[in-house]
Amino acid sequence: MFGRLTLDAFKHDAIEMGANYSMIFAVLLAIGLLTYFRVWGRFWREWVISLDPKKIGLMYIFVSFIMLFKGLFDAGMMRAQQAFSVGASHGYLTSDHFQQVFTAHGTTMIFFVGMGILFGVVNLIMPMQIGARDVAFPFLNSLSFYLFVVGAFLVNLSLLVGEFSAAGWVAYPPLSGLQYNPGVGVDYWIWSVQIAGIGSLLSGVNFLVTIFKMRCPGMTLMRMPVFVWASLGAMILVVFAFPILTATLAMLTLDRLIGTHFFTLTGGGNPMMYINLIWAWGHPEVYILILPAFGIFSEVVPIFSRKRLFGYASMVWAIIAIVFLSFVVWLHHFFTMGAGASVNAFFGIMTMLIAVPTGAKIFNWLFTMYEGRVRFETPLLWFLGFVIVFVTGGMTGVMMSIAPVDFQVHNSLYLIAHFHSMVIGGVVFGFFCGFSYWFPKFSGFKLDERLGRYAYYCWMLGFMLAFMPLYVLGLMGATRRLDHYDAETGWQPLFLVALSGIVFIIIGMSFQILQLLVSFRDRKKNADLTGDAWNGRTLEWATPSPPPFYNWPVTPEVYGRDAFWAMKERKTQKPLQYAPIHMPKDTAMGLYIALFAFCVGFGLIWYMFWLAIVGVVGILACLIIRLADHDTTYYVSVKEIEKIEAARLK
Amino acid sequence: MRHDPHAEADSLTIFGFWVYLMTDCLLFGSLFATYMVLHNSTHGGPTSKELFSMPFVLVETLALLTSSFTCGLATRAASLNQKKQLFFWFVATFLLGALFLGMELHEFHDFIKEGNSWERSAFLSAFFTLVGTHGLHISIGLLWMIVLLVPVMRHGVTPLSMRRLTCFGLFWHFLDIVWIFIFTIVYLMGVS
Repeated sequence: MFGRLTLDAFKHDAIEMGANYSMIFAVLLAIGLLTYFRVWGRFWREWVISLDPKKIGLMYIFVSFIMLFKGLFDAGMMRAQQAFSVGASHGYLTSDHFQQVFTAHGTTMIFFVGMGILFGVVNLIMPMQIGARDVAFPFLNSLSFYLFVVGAFLVNLSLLVGEFSAAGWVAYPPLSGLQYNPGVGVDYWIWSVQIAGIGSLLSGVNFLVTIFKMRCPGMTLMRMPVFVWASLGAMILVVFAFPILTATLAMLTLDRLIGTHFFTLTGGGNPMMYINLIWAWGHPEVYILILPAFGIFSEVVPIFSRKRLFGYASMVWAIIAIVFLSFVVWLHHFFTMGAGASVNAFFGIMTMLIAVPTGAKIFNWLFTMYEGRVRFETPLLWFLGFVIVFVTGGMTGVMMSIAPVDFQVHNSLYLIAHFHSMVIGGVVFGFFCGFSYWFPKFSGFKLDERLGRYAYYCWMLGFMLAFMPLYVLGLMGATRRLDHYDAETGWQPLFLVALSGIVFIIIGMSFQILQLLVSFRDRKKNADLTGDAWNGRTLEWATPSPPPFYNWPVTPEVYGRDAFWAMKERKTQKPLQYAPIHMPKDTAMGLYIALFAFCVGFGLIWYMFWLAIVGVVGILACLIIRLADHDTTYYVSVKEIEKIEAARLK
Repeated sequence: MRHDPHAEADSLTIFGFWVYLMTDCLLFGSLFATYMVLHNSTHGGPTSKELFSMPFVLVETLALLTSSFTCGLATRAASLNQKKQLFFWFVATFLLGALFLGMELHEFHDFIKEGNSWERSAFLSAFFTLVGTHGLHISIGLLWMIVLLVPVMRHGVTPLSMRRLTCFGLFWHFLDIVWIFIFTIVYLMGVS
C-alpha cells in the first residue's frame, strides 16, 4: 500500500527537524491568517483560479521569493560548515546531510528561484509591452504555474518525508544511479525537476506563440521593446532545450525504476551520455535565465538616462547570436571528459565567441548612459552593480574557456565563483533591478528609495566578500562541495571571509523586507496616480497602476519604437470607442491537473504505483473534461468597461 | 474591426500546436541520439541484426503509413462536412493505428520472451525506450481519436472540432514521420 514509505521516512536529526518545524509553522501560520481574516473565498476566486497573467506572475514571484529564502539558508549552512570544519573539527553537518544541502541549494536556486522569477517577470510585463490583454493560452499558463509549484513543493516535502538527493544539482550518474543512491533522494530530485520542467516547456510554447501572434497593431518585430526580444530569445531556448531535459530525466528514471542500462556502469551503459545530454539542456538553461535579465536592463538604463536605448538593432542581433551560440558550447562544462584536443578547441572557441555579443550589449548600455541625464536611483544602482560583477564573472568565464586552464580549475571553487558572478550578478541583480523598476506598476506606489540603496550596498558588499575569496581558494586548489579539509591547507581564513559575505547578504535581504513594509506603510506618500511612475517609454506605462484585468479598454496602436514615448510626444488623444472585450473564464483545472501530477511524482518516488496510476488517470480525465468544456471565454460588456474606467478616472 | 474569436483561436492554436510538435521532435531527437550512441553496446546480448525481423516490421510500417493516408482523407471529409465519410475514415485510421500498436507490442513481447528485455543491454534499453515512446504517442493518439469523434458524431463539424481535427492530423502525420526515422535508423540501418 505505501510502497517503501515507512515511519523511518519521518525520522530526522535535530537540524532537519528544526527546518521541518519552521516549515510546518509557516504553513500553519498562512492557513491561520487566511482563516482569521476570512479571506479563503477571495483567495480562491481572485488568485488560485485566476488566469490573469499579471496575477499568475505575482504568484510566481511570491513562490520564488520563498524558495530564495530556502536556497539562501542552504548556502549559509554550507559556508558555516566549511568555515569551521577544519582539521580535528568536523563541523555540525554529517557528510550525507551536507551533500543533500548543496544539491538542494543548486536545484532550488536554478529551478525554483531563477525559472520562477523568469516566468513571473515575463508574465507580468511581456503581454503589456506588446499591447496584448493576455497570453495565447491562458489555461496552459495556469497549469504551468501549478506544475512549478508542485515541483517546489516536492523539494520541500523531501525534508519532511524521506531525504533529498545527495548527487549534486545535475545528478551525474553513476552516482545518481540506483547502485550508489538507492534511497528516495534522487527520485525526489528527478520528479521535482521533471514536473517543473514540463511546466516550463508548456510556458515556453505559450509565450513564444504569444509574442509571435498577439502583438497589437503596428507592433512589428523590430519595434518590440528589447525585454520582449529577450523573452522571445529565452522562450526559443526553452522550447529547444527543455525537451532534452525531459528525455534525459526520463531515461535516468527508467534506469532507476525498471533496470534499463542507459547510464549505468554495467550492461554497456554510458554515463558520459547523460553528462552530454544534461549540459545540452544545461548550457542553454543559463542563457534562458540571463536573457530576460538583459531585457530588464535594456528597459531600465534608457529610463534612468532619459535617452533612447543605444544600438537597438545590435541588441536584437546580439540576442539572436546568443540564442544560436548557446547550443554549441555545452561541452565546456566537461573539457576533462577527454574528447580530444580538436573537440575541446571547437567548444573553447565557441565559448569565447559567445562573449562577443554579450560584451556588445554591455557597451550598448554604457553608451546609452553616456551623455544621458542619469538618475542614480535604486534600479540603476543594481545595473551598475551588475556591470561590475558580471564583467568580472564573464572574464573568468572566458579564461576557463581555454581548455588547459579549465583542466587546472575544473570543479574548483574558482568555477563556483565564476558562475555565481553570472547568476547573482546577472539574474538576481537583474531581477532586483526590474523589481524596483516595475513595482509601482503593480502596487500603485514606489518603493522606499533609501532602504533600497541600503539593500543594494549590503548585497554588493556581501557578494564581494562571499565570492571573491572563492576565486583565490579555487586557485589554491580547493574543490567544490568540500565538507571538511586539513588545517595546513591555509584555506580557513578565506572561508571565514566568505561566511561573513553571507551575513551581509542576509542583512541586505532584511533591508529589502523592511523596504517592502515601510513602502507599504508610506503608500499614500509614495503613491503614483499617473500610471507612469518613471516617465516610461514602453506600453506597460500607458495603463493605470495597477492595471485593470483587461490591461486596456481599447487596444493600443503603435507607430514606432518606444511606443508610449511616441504617444506622449504626439499628445493626440483618440476618442475612445469601447468594444466588448473577449476574455478567458477563470478555472481551477490547472491546479487539479498539477495535483494529479503530484500524485504521479510522489507515487513513483515511494513506489506507490497505485497512486501513480491514479495520477495518470486523473490527468487524462481532467484534460478530457477541460476539452469538453466549450464555455471557456466571455465578453466584458461595454457598460462594464465604462463603469471600470469611470471609477478609475474619478 | 469586428473581433472573430474563432479565426483568432485557430491561428493561435494551430501555430501553438506546431511549436509543441517541434518540442516533441526534440524529445525524439534526444532519444535517437542516445540510441545511436548505445547501438553497439550490446554487452554480449543480441545485436540489432540478430534481433529484427524485417518483413514483420514492413507490415507494421505499411499499416501506420496507410493510417496517415486515411487520416488525411478524414480531415478532408471534415472540411467538406461529410459526416459519414469522416466517421468511416476515422475508424479506418483508428483500426490501422491499433493494428500497428498491437504488432509493436507483439514484437516487444517476443523479444522479452526470449530474454531480450530492456534489462539485457544498453542497446536494448535504448531500443525499447525509443520505439516505446513512439508507441506511447500512438496510444495517446488512439485515445485522442475517441475523445474527438464523440462530439463530432453528436454535433457535427463545428469550428472548434475542425480546429481539433487539424491538430490531431498534424500529430498523427508527425508520428508517421518519426516512425519513418525509426524504420530507417533503427531497423534498416540495424540489419544492414
